[in-house]
Amino acid sequence: MRVRLMPAPYDPWSELAAYEAKHLDTGAHGACCAFSGSMRDFNQGDTVDTMTLEHYPGMTEKQLEAIIDDAMAEWPLLDALILHRVGEITPGETIVLTACWSAHRAAAFDACRFLMEALKTRAPFWKKETLADQSERWVDSNTPG
Amino acid sequence: MPISVKFFASLKESLGVSETTLDDGDLQSVGDVWQRATSDAPAPTNLLCAVNHEHVDWDHPVSAGDEVAFFPPVTGG
Repeated sequence: MRVRLMPAPYDPWSELAAYEAKHLDTGAHGACCAFSGSMRDFNQGDTVDTMTLEHYPGMTEKQLEAIIDDAMAEWPLLDALILHRVGEITPGETIVLTACWSAHRAAAFDACRFLMEALKTRAPFWKKETLADQSERWVDSNTPG
Repeated sequence: MPISVKFFASLKESLGVSETTLDDGDLQSVGDVWQRATSDAPAPTNLLCAVNHEHVDWDHPVSAGDEVAFFPPVTGG
């Protein structure tokens, strides 16, 4: 599956390698570009203890699939993958992995960036932080880049 | 068939409700659904709307059996 929501901690690089071994023909791709995003222990000047990632079951998966479809239509990709964590997470854990495979590097580089930027505006996920004093707050917007 | 309505994240908390169902009766648009489901609560300026898992505008039409959702700006990744 090109899209998976991950309810538990995961290693993005072993997932990437396993997906490539299973779905990509040996020798067909000359490029794989991957982005991994993980949780910081600080935000807006505060220490963050944990974070909860809420999502909209059904819509989230559909939007992520649509984002991959858009990327496949725009660039000559052989395949693409999006993994995204849900539930409670702690600093250092991987939130997201986006990856693109193509014959040449330009498509993989550009499409991988597109997947992330599109995900941040179209995929229904919401972050709620628990700070060091155990107070909670919703993250109300994305950082610019 | 009724229209199902869902709220997420901070909006779910501020309204104190995660989902409800409405008789589709005289509901024409997403905006109508909001007004009925929230008893005319003021809509946040940054409110996002979806019908059947697709992003839509406030004026988007609704019909019986639709799933309508309201939520704040998304912050994944």
